Amino acid sequence: MLELMNVNKAYAESRKVLTNLCYTLESGAYVAIMGESGVGKSTLLNLIAGLDNPDSGEIRVNGVAISQLDDDAATQLRRKQFGFVFQAFHVLPHLTVHQNVALPLLLNNGSTDQVEQMLINVGLRGRGQHFSHQLSGGELQRVAIARALIHRPALVLADEPTGNLDPDTAHDILQLMRTEIKANGATGIIVTHSHAAAATADLVLNLTKDGLFLTQSEHRQ
Amino acid sequence: MTTASLSRWLMLGEWRSHYTQVGVTLIAIAIGVAMAYSIHLINTAAFNEFSAASKSLSGQADMQVRSRKSYFDESLYPWLAKQKGIAVANPVLELDVAVVGQQSTRNDQKLKILGIDMFRAAQISPDLLGLPEQGKILDRLASDTIFLSPAAMEWLQVKQGDDLHVYAGLHTLRLRVAGGLVRARAGQRLAVMDIGAMQWGFDQLGLLSRIELKLQPGVNHASFKTWLTEELGATYWLTEVADQELRVANMSRAYRINLNMLALVALFTGAFLVFSTQALSVIRRRQQFALLRVLGVTRAQLLRYVLTEGLFLGALGSVLGLSLGYLIAVMALQLLDGGLGSSFFPGVKPNIFFDPAAAVLFFGVGLCITLIGGIVPAMEAAYARPAPALRAGSGQTVVEKWSSPWPAVICLIAALLFTQLPPIFELPVLGYVAIALLLIGGIALMPRFTAGFFSLLTGRLHRCEMGAVSTLVLARLTNAPGQAAIALGGILASFSLMVAMAIMVMSFRVSIDHWLGQVLPADLYVRVATTGDQGGFQLKEQKVIAESIGFDRVDFFRTQQLTLDASRPDITLLARPIDHDDPRKTLPLTDDVIPPESLPEGIIPIWVSEAMVDLYKFRVGEKVVFPVGTAFHEFVVAGIWRDYGRQFGAVQMQLTDYQRLTGDMSVNTVALWLHDGMAMDTVIENLRQLSFGSALEISRSSDMRALSLKIFDRSFAVTYVLETVAVIIGLLGVGASFSAQTLARAKEFGMLRHVGMTRKQILIMLAAEGGLLTALGIVFGFVLGWSISLILIFVVNPQSFHWTMQLYLPWSWLMSIALMMLVSASLTALMAGRQAISGQVMRAVKEDG
Ligand SMILES: Nc1ncnc2c1ncn2[C@@H]1O[C@H](COP(=O)(O)OP(=O)(O)OP(=O)(O)O)[C@@H](O)[C@H]1O
Ligand SMILES: [Mg+2]
Repeated sequence: MLELMNVNKAYAESRKVLTNLCYTLESGAYVAIMGESGVGKSTLLNLIAGLDNPDSGEIRVNGVAISQLDDDAATQLRRKQFGFVFQAFHVLPHLTVHQNVALPLLLNNGSTDQVEQMLINVGLRGRGQHFSHQLSGGELQRVAIARALIHRPALVLADEPTGNLDPDTAHDILQLMRTEIKANGATGIIVTHSHAAAATADLVLNLTKDGLFLTQSEHRQ
Repeated sequence: MTTASLSRWLMLGEWRSHYTQVGVTLIAIAIGVAMAYSIHLINTAAFNEFSAASKSLSGQADMQVRSRKSYFDESLYPWLAKQKGIAVANPVLELDVAVVGQQSTRNDQKLKILGIDMFRAAQISPDLLGLPEQGKILDRLASDTIFLSPAAMEWLQVKQGDDLHVYAGLHTLRLRVAGGLVRARAGQRLAVMDIGAMQWGFDQLGLLSRIELKLQPGVNHASFKTWLTEELGATYWLTEVADQELRVANMSRAYRINLNMLALVALFTGAFLVFSTQALSVIRRRQQFALLRVLGVTRAQLLRYVLTEGLFLGALGSVLGLSLGYLIAVMALQLLDGGLGSSFFPGVKPNIFFDPAAAVLFFGVGLCITLIGGIVPAMEAAYARPAPALRAGSGQTVVEKWSSPWPAVICLIAALLFTQLPPIFELPVLGYVAIALLLIGGIALMPRFTAGFFSLLTGRLHRCEMGAVSTLVLARLTNAPGQAAIALGGILASFSLMVAMAIMVMSFRVSIDHWLGQVLPADLYVRVATTGDQGGFQLKEQKVIAESIGFDRVDFFRTQQLTLDASRPDITLLARPIDHDDPRKTLPLTDDVIPPESLPEGIIPIWVSEAMVDLYKFRVGEKVVFPVGTAFHEFVVAGIWRDYGRQFGAVQMQLTDYQRLTGDMSVNTVALWLHDGMAMDTVIENLRQLSFGSALEISRSSDMRALSLKIFDRSFAVTYVLETVAVIIGLLGVGASFSAQTLARAKEFGMLRHVGMTRKQILIMLAAEGGLLTALGIVFGFVLGWSISLILIFVVNPQSFHWTMQLYLPWSWLMSIALMMLVSASLTALMAGRQAISGQVMRAVKEDG
């Protein structure tokens, strides 16, 4: 599903972030990535999403080398195959909840019939016509999850999705994410600082200066 | 569901949540378009009237032969056509005809029909040629056809191909409307027929109303006129059309060019305004756009989306602007009726006509400006890298990127170069380009200037203890000058142009006032009321006037028109007594003069106006040859004088020289200096008592001076009104940008409120920011406006009117505009701020889109 081959990324000569990173992720896996602050987790997600290009090496998503696509092709790929959840929700303020969730469907020229069902799935029944300022943080993140999954992407990327939430809400959100990703048969990568959050994943990877390593102790039973 | 509905959602959502800003943008576009369009409409109306007076009826004729009776025998025509000196002779039969179905008793209900010889008229007054249907060119010569002006068609309710029934004596005549007179003046009811058909149809065989004459180049009008008048005898009048035409042309050209200048102000202000509102609205939505890019919106789609948004705004604003512009033009002409109608265009009333082609053009201009204003921000949005843009607070980097100083510096250097280049087609095109470049360059440098100034200020104040508010204000102005400068772009454009216009107009007024004092030194000026170009006072009358009591000094003037170049309007020759020892005492000379003692012997000196230098390349010290009287003579150019009255050129010489060359002892004008203690009224009364007193046209120089200044003020009154509108647009722009910014900074204010700043403190902070920025903008605008006024005074005016003026800075005026600006901008900033902090603070912190 996802292949990282000798990926290198530096922001400047002196600021090497990723060096010779290699990893292969099976389809349908749900993994958590942990690591010190500033080690390059967000950078890695950006590279995987084609929002940034590695200095060398290759990243393949379902066999497609995303780093070699031009901007339009990478955008098309993101539109169809990727779902995103951010720490800072990024729900558009002047669109309703329904419209926010329908965004990916519109971009893919699809029907927006499933939106209501998806809102029910994430626990937002009847909130479709509300605007972002009428929702709590946890609810906003549910909107973001609905938006990330509505178009049945193959890969869901989440960068600290619960960083802004209290532990109880965080727990609910993480469970929701896991259930929905698994229900869609998608692959999920979640970057987090929280061990509790990491524990909801199938495997936990640790990003260090030397590479990505499996953390056995965090492995979910 | 498609991406189209996505665009619709986004657009509607944006407009719903930011309707005030969208409204202001719309109003800005509308006012910009309205101003440009109304100026165009007024211009067209004025121009129509101007050309009506000079062109549509008499075309390029120099003289007209009329009979003392209404009509005369056409046998004069073949004789005239053969005469030497006449290039074209054009016979015309003019009749006011009653139309069947219209009231026939009233004169204004009659249709004026001109019978012309199409072949002659084509050379002398082509505007009178009817426009027949395609392929039916012979309709112009047919015996049953008539061509109607648009106004006549409208009045009579007929169109091309219809029949028109008119009375010819006791019977009626059926004529076919073969086409229109497209170049007839607006509102003018006029018809044209073939002269033969008309003579036949209206039973006027062998009769003419007048014959128009075009003279061959180089023919002296006055001597030709003397000769022809003699040949024609007392039965005929020979009149010249040039005088009236010239005066109208003079005044209206200055007027029109100034209006064009204001159209430029409007367009520029509008463009900057649209740019700044669009740019700020894109910057505000940077994160949203980045999110869309991450979710899979391509660059092209985003670009299209932002441009579509601009397109909608532009289209809506332009339509609004067109209607508004039409209204403004109609109202302005009604309000300024006296100014336009009586001073510049005697006897005619300018009318505004809706012109669809122009409407489409200005719609397009409005749209283009909106798109141009939106394209840079749209490109920015599309090409920004989504990952960093998704993080907050990165809007500033955008503006920094635009403010690389080089394009601005290149603009300024180019502007400097363009001021040194000669005019194109005798119009100061490059001067205007230089002004535009100066504005663009100046405004683009504004962010750097702001940053530099405030970081200097911060550095200075570093040692002082500063409160939270002032720290915040200075930090923002130092570190985020780009957005602030965008906000000021619109106001800077309108303010600096206003300063420039004020300096130019005041310099002009002061120069004219000074000049009037020099050219009207006498107390009284006396002319003969009836004469055209003929000297009305013969030696006998001159003697009578010179010997009347009560005068210290009496000067006689002989003026006439000369054609030096057939393609240009005539120049004026003024022969008068000029002080031998110091010509400066008589003439408003520039510094370019040969002192009297070093004038060459044996050659007649002349003093030429600045226009002669530009148009005919006359140089001081050079010998020139042109006809005076019946023969060519050689003269030496002894000096150059300012002439604000005749932009086509004028030459002055000693009256004695003129009389020696021509033997013409008659004069047109007498200048009279009163004895000390003589009452003006008594003197005028005495003059009236002379045997020819009733024919005299007597003017006091003080009245003439006052009248000239009044005409000047009235013609520039329009500019003041329009300038004010430009400033209002500018202020609207400031309001729009400030409120856009405060909205974009809602989160910042929310945070500040959270950390314990009071509302009042935030408002003070905003007002201080707005005030400081505006103050800086005013200083900058002054410098910019002053530079532009230099271009106007020393490049644009000399190139278009061939006159120079002295620079004069109306300080009190300028200070009051500046103060007005400062107060209104700070108030606008404050109002925008109130709106932003009145919303729930909680919401502001959370609105993290
Ligand atoms: N645009 C950039 N320019 C320069 N350096 C950058 C840029 N973006 C990130 N970095 C640097 O790259 C390193 C990795 O950043 P990244 O955001 O990937 O860290 P992270 O692992 O996500 O950290 P955190 O857990 O704190 O979010 C950091 O040291 C950061 O300072
Ligand atoms: Mg990170």
